[in-house]
Amino acid sequence: MSHLFGIPPQALFGQLLLGLINGSFYALLSLGLAVIFGMLNVVNMAHGALYMVGAFVAWLLLTNAGVGYWGALVLASLVVGLVGLVLERTMLRRLYKVDHLYGLLLTFGLALIFEGAFRHQYGVSGQPYPIPDLLKGGTNLGFMYLPTYRGWVVVASLLVCLGTWYAIERTKLGAYLRAATENPTLVQAFGINVPVMVSLTYGFGVALAGLAGVLAAPIYQVSPLMGSNIIIVVFAVVVIGGMGSILGAIVTGLGLGLLEGLTKVFYPEASNIVVFVIMAVVLMVKPAGLFGREK
Amino acid sequence: MPDGAMTKTAMLEIADLHGFYGESHVLHGVSLEVRQGEVVTLLGRNGAGKTSTMRAIMGIMGKRTGSIRFQGTELIGMAQHKIPRLGIGYVPEERGIFSSLSVDENLTLPPVVKDGGMTVPQIYDLFPNLKGRGSTQGTRLSGGEQQMLAIARILRTGANLILLDEPTEGLAPVIIEQIGVAVRALKQRGFTIVLVEQNFRFAATIADRHYVMEEGHVVDMIPNDQLHANMDKLHTYLGV
Repeated sequence: MSHLFGIPPQALFGQLLLGLINGSFYALLSLGLAVIFGMLNVVNMAHGALYMVGAFVAWLLLTNAGVGYWGALVLASLVVGLVGLVLERTMLRRLYKVDHLYGLLLTFGLALIFEGAFRHQYGVSGQPYPIPDLLKGGTNLGFMYLPTYRGWVVVASLLVCLGTWYAIERTKLGAYLRAATENPTLVQAFGINVPVMVSLTYGFGVALAGLAGVLAAPIYQVSPLMGSNIIIVVFAVVVIGGMGSILGAIVTGLGLGLLEGLTKVFYPEASNIVVFVIMAVVLMVKPAGLFGREK
Repeated sequence: MPDGAMTKTAMLEIADLHGFYGESHVLHGVSLEVRQGEVVTLLGRNGAGKTSTMRAIMGIMGKRTGSIRFQGTELIGMAQHKIPRLGIGYVPEERGIFSSLSVDENLTLPPVVKDGGMTVPQIYDLFPNLKGRGSTQGTRLSGGEQQMLAIARILRTGANLILLDEPTEGLAPVIIEQIGVAVRALKQRGFTIVLVEQNFRFAATIADRHYVMEEGHVVDMIPNDQLHANMDKLHTYLGV
């Protein structure tokens, strides 16, 4: 097997792996956005910035406190989740009764503030973050070389995505969440503290972004702009998958990552726009998205 | 629940209740009381304030003044999610079956707030139609079955006061009959029930007393055994 459609297999599989990695981040980030949109009806434009904050918290923990990668996975997610809780309690909460657009504008402003602050403090050049010892090196699979860390990112994000899907679709807590998404007033009238649930949902959604940021730190560099680079594609993923659809976010995230990888092999010039072309087509054919429910 | 002394205590006491949705003043001094073990209906035309009274009890209303006491506890000013936890179950007019939840998930959604709730097998005995439908999407049930599910899910929670908002609305007579049997069975079990009804023939078969509402307050109270003597008056109130 020397060539496949005139493409050396190393190049093909290499790009597919890259696509799968990108897809893992798309999936993790669009999952958080879907959870937040479903429950709060807020298009969280701050998601990319909070992903960046997650990566920075990991880097700061390492350089200032000597806390390594594994500790950062937990701590940085918690920190970002807490930041989310504070944002929801102090600002977002005030906007639920007005048009969605206000939530979008508020979170967009917050994203700019976060990015500006980190840019001011740390400049735009990326900070390197080392791969943890346990995940250094790689494996020769015969047809391609698989760096261990990249394999880990794919597996870890898949596990987190599936775990989140399970928690929402198959558990009691998830049933509360789904019910409150449909009719918060009635769920409250059953004795459940919906406002607290809403805060925790936002916290959890952005904690997923923080986690993605830590996972990304050793692959991409830790830079204030890393969030805005990825978030536009992630929003396209959410639209294609269907606003608020959990499964849609996961499947489209991974699928579009792979598709982007393939495009890089066969027609590199189109690789940056392929996602948006698909978004346009999906919006024309199925406006609610591939997995979305028509209202 | 034994008759006698217990039935004399007021379980729910509403005094001079005013309620507002934003700027609009919808309840104008509602006063009524419901004793333990009673079935009491709120009758009245559309817009008389029946549903609003129930929503005011549950705290689903912008602003309330006056007093709503449940077993001696004042509900006005209490956090909304704490009210049901005192043992008040609410079955809204629109039924509120969740489409993203299965029948089972709908049934077990409201948390148990007190001991003494009915078990799932007991609930299936009361509403045999729900049996074996557990994995069906909640909103795929028929209207009557959704109404049964909406009542059923409250019975698990141990709530001893049940607010039933128009349980017969839009249902076929044979289904109304089934709902009536179930409500009487609940009364037998000692549940206290406040029932909003447009269909006072249905109400007359189960209620102990009827409160008539007009323009946001109670204008009359008719014990069920004097219902026939007051038919003319009632026809005027309800405009039927």
